[in-house]
Amino acid sequence: MNQITEDFEPQIVAFCCRYCAYAAADLAGSSRIQYPPNVKIVLLPCSGKVDELYLLKAFEAEADGVYVAGCLEGTCHFLTGNLRAKKRVQYVKSLLDEVGIGGERLEMYNLSSAEGQRFAEIAREMTERIRALGPSPLNQRKSKEGAIK
Amino acid sequence: MIIADRKPFEEIKELTSKAKNILIAGCDSCVAVCLASGEKEVAVLASELRMQRKMDGLEGEIEEIVNVRQCENEYVDAMRDKVEKADLILSMACGVGVQTLAERFPDKLAYPALNTKFMGRPVEPGVWKENCEGCGHCILHLTGGICPVARCSKSMLNGPCGGSQGGKCEVDPEIDCGWQLIYDRLSRLGQLDALVEIMLSKDWSTSWSGGPRRVIKESAGV
Amino acid sequence: MKSGSNLEKVLSSGHFAVTAELGPPKSCDPEVVEKKAEILKGFADAVNITDNQTAIVRTSSIATGVIVARKGLEPVVQMTCRDRNRIAIQSDLLGAAALGIKNLLCLTGDHQSCGNHPQARGVFDLDAIQLIDMVRRMRDEKKFQCGEEMSVEPRFFIGAAANPFADPFEFQVIRLAKKVTAGAEFIQTQLIYNVEKFARWMKMVREMGLHEKTYILAGVGPIKSAGAARYMKNKVAGMDVPGEIVERLQAASDPKAEGIKLCLDIIEQVRAIEGVAGIHIMAIEWESAVPEIAERAGLLPRPQID
Ligand code: SF4
Ligand code: SF4
Repeated sequence: MNQITEDFEPQIVAFCCRYCAYAAADLAGSSRIQYPPNVKIVLLPCSGKVDELYLLKAFEAEADGVYVAGCLEGTCHFLTGNLRAKKRVQYVKSLLDEVGIGGERLEMYNLSSAEGQRFAEIAREMTERIRALGPSPLNQRKSKEGAIK
Repeated sequence: MIIADRKPFEEIKELTSKAKNILIAGCDSCVAVCLASGEKEVAVLASELRMQRKMDGLEGEIEEIVNVRQCENEYVDAMRDKVEKADLILSMACGVGVQTLAERFPDKLAYPALNTKFMGRPVEPGVWKENCEGCGHCILHLTGGICPVARCSKSMLNGPCGGSQGGKCEVDPEIDCGWQLIYDRLSRLGQLDALVEIMLSKDWSTSWSGGPRRVIKESAGV
Repeated sequence: MKSGSNLEKVLSSGHFAVTAELGPPKSCDPEVVEKKAEILKGFADAVNITDNQTAIVRTSSIATGVIVARKGLEPVVQMTCRDRNRIAIQSDLLGAAALGIKNLLCLTGDHQSCGNHPQARGVFDLDAIQLIDMVRRMRDEKKFQCGEEMSVEPRFFIGAAANPFADPFEFQVIRLAKKVTAGAEFIQTQLIYNVEKFARWMKMVREMGLHEKTYILAGVGPIKSAGAARYMKNKVAGMDVPGEIVERLQAASDPKAEGIKLCLDIIEQVRAIEGVAGIHIMAIEWESAVPEIAERAGLLPRPQID
């Protein structure tokens, strides 16, 4: 198990709002702040656009972890999009628990467009969390099968 | 409309554990309006099942279909192609829909993914409440448009009982006392006199107590 | 005389009546019932036998009533609408009458969700008022609820409950009037701790002349401790226990003695209210308090009427 954890590189999908997290990612890039390459960014016009199904599909497509990053509470460009996103994340966490994937593989973050550093921190934090959790149970099965063959 | 709620995933997992190819069948009428069975809910359950089954090493396909109403033969019959390929139809309609599937596809298993709850309506976002029990002889004209059969926990016709306090029912402080509501409405309408008369015992033979019911309309075939 | 029961005789001859309460056991042990009957005998004109009170399964009220009657104490059998439809109720009432039961208290009943079988399907075919109406017709018209005639009718002295502390306050009196119209000849009220509110309720009762059409027995009962008072105040549906009562018990060095003293004070106050025809002492699982209360309230000896 340790073996797997050590060479395990998690696949993480980040759904980022263009007004904050996505801009912060840009800023991190232009300021040359390092963040793990494990994170694949999906641009959203607002974190409120995130749908329960996007999150589930990301896991179905074998992501090991997923997070949604929206504006700080009270500063959503569309007023309450980030609050809706928060509720959906909560809901999908419960679905992931039911299914057995685990709600802790999904998270909601809030930050502003000026926080390039914070963006990198979140990416690291999530990568470490998922690394510690190991591959998604969905992928564990596959790797086991792969090993037998 | 008919209000339903999805069964816990654990139970659905149990129900589907022996099936290989599963068709999840939603209904776009009542139960879609109460967010139990529209395209979204069908897709969410399908995604959950796909992941769970993959983790549990179960083979087979999960298909999705949503039709206008699962309680009408015409709509249900149109599902035939997809049904052929499945060995279990997991219905996300109300109990009526599930039974329609069972009847139209007598050789297929049709299982319920929802718990059908009651006839009611949304009162605020995400909250639905019961209004009618289908007793077969409506008396709403006598009770200020608030049903004592469905909205009093004891279906009293001469309420409220001694447990009514502060507008709430003795059963649960979350339940409004139906009789307080009736009283308030009739006093607003200036019709409290109606409550002074004793309401005689109800003829329940028009309700389910009379056995499974049917409605026949002579004019329907004309 | 409708029934010729002792309770009916005591009330109709103008005596201030005393009834008490006897809860059947959660087992089929007749000795428990006999012991309680021994304690209460001679101190009350009749005792109510509860019908699966708070929806907890106990020996049937009719069977317990018969055991009590054998011990020489008159029962008031309680009948609720929660567990029986009109067929079962009528059948049980014929049986009760055949076994010599003469007093009947008609209730809708606590909801099954309050008890120890919350999974049970409730019946509620009738409500209390419809039940009273049915029992009166059985007796006075010799008719079953469906209208069919019967040869020998059950002759009950018919009672009902009233809760002066339930809402809507003004309407509960109108509802009492409905019970009286339906045939309730005596009324036992919910436990009274808020005497002021009860007095206001009695004023409305008198304004409607109901105290002249039915006998009103004020419900009273001792409380064992401040904790019990607090529980009733916060947890029991339909109760009104003012904060002072809790405080009074809290402050007492001997709460049990204080509970009895409190009960005596309330008896004295409700007796003074015009239209109160008696008291109903509910000392649940504390039957031994009843003799002391009856004695100290000056309600002994109980009248012997033939
Ligand atoms: S009276 Fe009967 S039909 Fe009318 S709302 Fe109530 S349950 Fe429904
Ligand atoms: S409190 Fe109101 S709703 Fe509840 S059982 Fe009594 S009368 Fe019916």
